[in-house]
Amino acid sequence: MANTPDYSWPPMEMRKVIGKPYKRLDGPQKASGRAKYCSDLRPKDLLFGVYLTSPHAHARVTSIDTSAAEKTAGVKAVHVVSPAGTEVQWAGTEIAAVAATTEETARDAVRKIKVDYEVLPHLVKDEDLSKAGARAKAAGEKLVGDPDKAFQEAEAVSEGQYGIPVVTHCCLESHGQIIQWQGDQVNVWPSTQDITHYAGSLAPNLKVPIANIHVKQDHIGGGFGSKFAPDSWGQVGAFLSQKAGGSPVMLFLDRASEQTIAGNRPSAYAKIKIAGKKDGTVTAWQSESWATGGFTGGGSPPLPYIIDTIPNQRLHHTAVSVNAGPNRAWRAPNNQQASYLTCSALEDFAAKIGMDPVEVFNKNVAYAPSSRVETYRYQLQKAAEIADWKKLWHPRGQGGSGTVKRGLGLGFSAWGGGGHQSQCRTTIHADGSVLVELGTQDLGTGTRTIITQVAAETLGLPMGAIKLAIGSNDLPPDSASGGSTTVGGVSSSTRKAAVNALAKLFEAAAPALGAQPDQLEAMDGHICVKDNPDKSLTWQAACRKLGVGKISEMGDNNQRNPMGLNSSGAAGIQIADVSVDTETGLVRMNRYVAVQDCGLVINPRLAESVIYGAVIMGIGTALFEERFMDEQTGRMLNPDMEFYKLAGIDDIGEIIVHLDIRPENDKRGVIGLGEPPAVAICAAVGNAVANAIGVRVPNIPMTPDHVLAALEGRNA
Amino acid sequence: MSSRNDPQSPAKPKSRFSRRGFIRGVSLGGGAVGTGLLEREAAAAPAPANVAGPGPAPITLTINGKPVNVTVEPRVTLLDAMRNYLNLTGAKRVCDRGACGACTVILAGKTVYSCSVLAIDAQGKNIETIEGLATGNNLHPVSAAFVNHDAQQCGYCTAGFVMAVKGFIDKHPNPTIEDVKHGLGGNLCRCGTYMGIRQAALEAAKEMKGGKNG
Repeated sequence: MANTPDYSWPPMEMRKVIGKPYKRLDGPQKASGRAKYCSDLRPKDLLFGVYLTSPHAHARVTSIDTSAAEKTAGVKAVHVVSPAGTEVQWAGTEIAAVAATTEETARDAVRKIKVDYEVLPHLVKDEDLSKAGARAKAAGEKLVGDPDKAFQEAEAVSEGQYGIPVVTHCCLESHGQIIQWQGDQVNVWPSTQDITHYAGSLAPNLKVPIANIHVKQDHIGGGFGSKFAPDSWGQVGAFLSQKAGGSPVMLFLDRASEQTIAGNRPSAYAKIKIAGKKDGTVTAWQSESWATGGFTGGGSPPLPYIIDTIPNQRLHHTAVSVNAGPNRAWRAPNNQQASYLTCSALEDFAAKIGMDPVEVFNKNVAYAPSSRVETYRYQLQKAAEIADWKKLWHPRGQGGSGTVKRGLGLGFSAWGGGGHQSQCRTTIHADGSVLVELGTQDLGTGTRTIITQVAAETLGLPMGAIKLAIGSNDLPPDSASGGSTTVGGVSSSTRKAAVNALAKLFEAAAPALGAQPDQLEAMDGHICVKDNPDKSLTWQAACRKLGVGKISEMGDNNQRNPMGLNSSGAAGIQIADVSVDTETGLVRMNRYVAVQDCGLVINPRLAESVIYGAVIMGIGTALFEERFMDEQTGRMLNPDMEFYKLAGIDDIGEIIVHLDIRPENDKRGVIGLGEPPAVAICAAVGNAVANAIGVRVPNIPMTPDHVLAALEGRNA
Repeated sequence: MSSRNDPQSPAKPKSRFSRRGFIRGVSLGGGAVGTGLLEREAAAAPAPANVAGPGPAPITLTINGKPVNVTVEPRVTLLDAMRNYLNLTGAKRVCDRGACGACTVILAGKTVYSCSVLAIDAQGKNIETIEGLATGNNLHPVSAAFVNHDAQQCGYCTAGFVMAVKGFIDKHPNPTIEDVKHGLGGNLCRCGTYMGIRQAALEAAKEMKGGKNG
């Protein structure tokens, strides 16, 4: 075949399935409790695994005695993870694990393991850089233009200190898996964001061929960037299974371990100085920032966020290593922190010169990448209009004479995305049934539904005619669901596989229609001759022409050449509207407006749900969430869900999503939306609180404690 | 399957358990809750006849109207009994200490966190679980409303939320949106599906009032 088939998306007005708000396909399974997550599986002879973890933040294991645990009735395997001599660098580190016939027995046995530690000094807090000593290391500098001169010549200078603490992913389904290692075969049912690469990551540690590791997952109870690898529990579960003679072992973290070791977002703190003109134009930026991503470091917010072509800049960043669990990617890594630090400083500059922040933001988005400037300006106007900004905004601190003050605040965001590597196989059988297969996963973002929509649209069939298989590494390889790249990848590979399969079906059906294959099209369950709808075969009749054969065609999304099917880059402007009780310090959300840039939207209902979700998760981090570390014991004080607080159904106010579905955006192809709307919430809420009460509350979350401290500081 | 339920074998009445007996049993052990101590104490002095445990004891639970026999240690929660012994995995174990509601069931008409109820204490009361809501292939109106309003993403909180909404509507058949926001504060979602849940609860209340189900 000389010609490359036309894979391009059908024109907006021609689409029958894509762009329509179909209900998520796995909704009934989940809403009836029938959906089986890997943590719900109970295969025959299942053993329950439980970890023993380190109570010390920094210690050396000097001896470990598992004999009493091994002798406990019902215990089938004990595995030492951290043998004598191991230096533990954070509390919660896995020391040993037990597998037993009941979970109760495994817990009892774990308590019988005797471990001696040599306790070593630790550092667990990073808010105060002066206390970090040698644990703080210079981690980057930048000098642009002549900041000293710019600050000297500035018409106005504002400065402030801002901070955003470590928060945890707190996936509701904890990390873990059920795993069975029998002979040279491994079956594993993990909670993972990356089915395709799971076996390859696990194989070297087990010394089992990748081909012998079978990975399956139907549903995952949350990941948010924290579930890419098999982790130590994948390996430890396998060893327990092998020692127990090949029985399957369930090893999922308990909530305390989930909160302590299974993922968190780095902190970020900064002292920021801005110089500018009275007309709102920023002329110089200076920041000294620091962050911790746990013992291994990490955490480097890209400053200044988005407006990164400010002509004069001096930046210095310090990385702090603390004895706490390692960070993991967290729904737009580093972007929330950078957005909070930058937007807070920009709002403080607006307050300093007595200007409306919408105007100041509008002026300074000129420093954003040129392709984005007009988008931000359009979005600022749109968001301000929806939030009733002109009527409700007031200069900082002029929130009325009552004790409850209302305020509005702005935040901006940007994210890349782009479709990941993905392969799809579409099989058309002679009886007309269609199977679409991809080794991808549905994180709850609606991946199943959008794949089915693309296949149905392309083949001219109803949604119910498509059978979809995902969630296994026996299927064509896909990629990790991270970076908002899944929808772009799977929609493109599915489109191409379906177009390729359809081309073969056209070849089979053409003779019966007395036409050439390239004159045919698939519409409404028929294969028709273009411009001659009277000449057609039903889908079933066309498929019967395959005789005893079948069509099985691949389609792939090449990340480097998406052929216009997907692209990257989605900007957003968000506005928070809050009320703050100045006597109790309590912040309540009134309304939240999210204006979100997008590409081609396959399912607006699911896209809107993802944006609501991102905003709600962000409200949680803006108002409630913080990992508290105890200086004395070195442990996390709130590794739970009663003191590590998530937002509840009454904490979020009203949320208004404006999704920019329009032809100019549609032309860009599919762009993921998991992360873009999750970035700006701390920024918008923090600015709204400052606007309401007249002083900056430096540190997220906006708890009564932080709010009252800031108010007292003003009064002092 | 590791479940130890055996529908054929009847519950043994001699092992009827009482909370007072359990507390007395613990105080015999010098107030120690450590299992090792209790085990030694049990060996030294036989427990009174009305004390169950600390070893596995046969109990009968009434789940969705049907008696189910299961043998569990007295410390096993209703949630763990359902998930680990009866293969009823709709209720999820998330916080495991009464903060998140993912394990919500309705016990004798009252919405409870099954992680915070001992299985032995749940005897003699009807336990409504998510598995009992649907009739055949028809979704319960609450589940259907969750689907209609896309009130779920990863779905791990969903079964608990559906039960919480069911229990809430049973008590508040004509809720306002404000009632819904207050009445469902005991359940948490990490994906942020609350906007859909609010609408789902309102729609389900209307549907159930119409007498279509529930």
